[in-house]
Amino acid sequence: MTGVRLAKAWLDLDEAAIAALPGQLGVYEIGDARGGTLELGFAGGRSRFGLRSAIAEAAAKHEAARRFRYEVTMQYWSRFEELLAVYLADHGELPPGNADRGEQRVGRLGVGPSCATGD
Amino acid sequence: MDFELSPEQKLILETVRRFVREEIVPLETDLDPDASELPPRHRERLVAMTKELGFYGLDIPEEYGGPGIDLTTRTLMAFEMAQHRAGLYAPCYGVFGGAGLAQLYEADDGQKERYLYPVLRGEKRGFFALTEPSGGSDPARAIRTTAVRDGDDWILDGEKTFISGADKADFGIVFARTDPELGRKGITCFLVDTDMPGFRVRRIVHTLRSTHYAAELEFNRVRVPGRNVLGEVNQGFAIANDRLSRNRIPYAAGCVGVALKAQEMAIAYAKTRKTFGDYLSTRQAVQWMIVDNEIDLRTARALTLEAAARADAGKPFRTEAAICKLVASEGAGRVVDRAMQIHGGYGMTKDLPLERWYRELRIRRVGEGPNEIQRLIVARDVIGGSFH
Repeated sequence: MTGVRLAKAWLDLDEAAIAALPGQLGVYEIGDARGGTLELGFAGGRSRFGLRSAIAEAAAKHEAARRFRYEVTMQYWSRFEELLAVYLADHGELPPGNADRGEQRVGRLGVGPSCATGD
Repeated sequence: MDFELSPEQKLILETVRRFVREEIVPLETDLDPDASELPPRHRERLVAMTKELGFYGLDIPEEYGGPGIDLTTRTLMAFEMAQHRAGLYAPCYGVFGGAGLAQLYEADDGQKERYLYPVLRGEKRGFFALTEPSGGSDPARAIRTTAVRDGDDWILDGEKTFISGADKADFGIVFARTDPELGRKGITCFLVDTDMPGFRVRRIVHTLRSTHYAAELEFNRVRVPGRNVLGEVNQGFAIANDRLSRNRIPYAAGCVGVALKAQEMAIAYAKTRKTFGDYLSTRQAVQWMIVDNEIDLRTARALTLEAAARADAGKPFRTEAAICKLVASEGAGRVVDRAMQIHGGYGMTKDLPLERWYRELRIRRVGEGPNEIQRLIVARDVIGGSFH
């Protein structure tokens, strides 16, 4: 069973790290220097170079972007939905880069701080 | 059985076919290949069009404002509506509207006010929770979620799995065991609000469908008022069963629709792709694949229409519904598989819809009752006896 959170190591956001990314499909998280999340996203079937181009484009939108992490998965869309729902359960709001999606369109998972058994 | 289309049916089908090819397919060029939703601006525009055409809310009974289309015509429309990339599970991205949960039409007046009408107005969303970790094919025996009476209320305890839409729903139709001694006659159907204390969406279950997922649910001493019993106490399984047979016909029709499009693509490609100096369509190996496709398609189409026609005529159709679900889901899988083979490497890519249909059609052999259960239903109906 996949853990519901994106439990991957953070990587520094620089050109070399981006160039080393795989061209596969998957999900990613863009973070700032203070440990905050700026955006959750996915590299879908229309992305030119999978995670490599998707993360580069997402990072370019955020001046404060300093680090990122990712997960390769073919179930990129449902995994993205899951990450949004988990983030909403944990923080009570969406990351700034996802705010235009609207919280009402994000699922409600019982995994937040109020749930003793949440993963 | 005569399936000559009436002039009205011809007009309806031509309208739907044009709608799919001119309004839906062009939008998919820019959408993610696994997308199951349209951007809101396109959705609103297309919903306005289907309302103008008089096709919105196709599956809503006429007395509740639906257009009153018979199941045969609805099946013919479903063949057309599935002929695009997202068409198997999201025909026309839902712009023809939904009917909500069929069981809500059996609700009492108060329940209709609180659940059915808000659903039809698009204000509330519901989910259907029958399957449990202990099994889904034999719910009458597998249901372990319990409901125990406590004054005027019921206390629900248990878990459900493979439930669609629960994380975004306002309420659910939940089946629980109310009498452990009575087997299938000891199950009751409840309307459970998702903000009732003790209800929890425990996790998302990822599947072959990237954009759609199921969920695992937990019921931990959920207190449900007695007025939320849907139908009669201990009669819940009949409510579940009525839905299952009827749903198998449009479920089969979606498979046929996708397969029709895959065959069209395979023929077109075979007529343009050359190998060793001549078109693929001249190669007997390819011709036979296309012929086998045609046989699978015509068989599935005819059996699906037969089931729909029997249902429209008020005749028993359980056997026919089981057969068409079985034949269409298996046949369509073979058609798409052969179409991928004809397309070669391109058939495996996300540039074409074939790989998505291939993944999603695999689910169709399990969804709405696995095909082994369909065979059991047919065996019971033609041989007699019961399941063991």
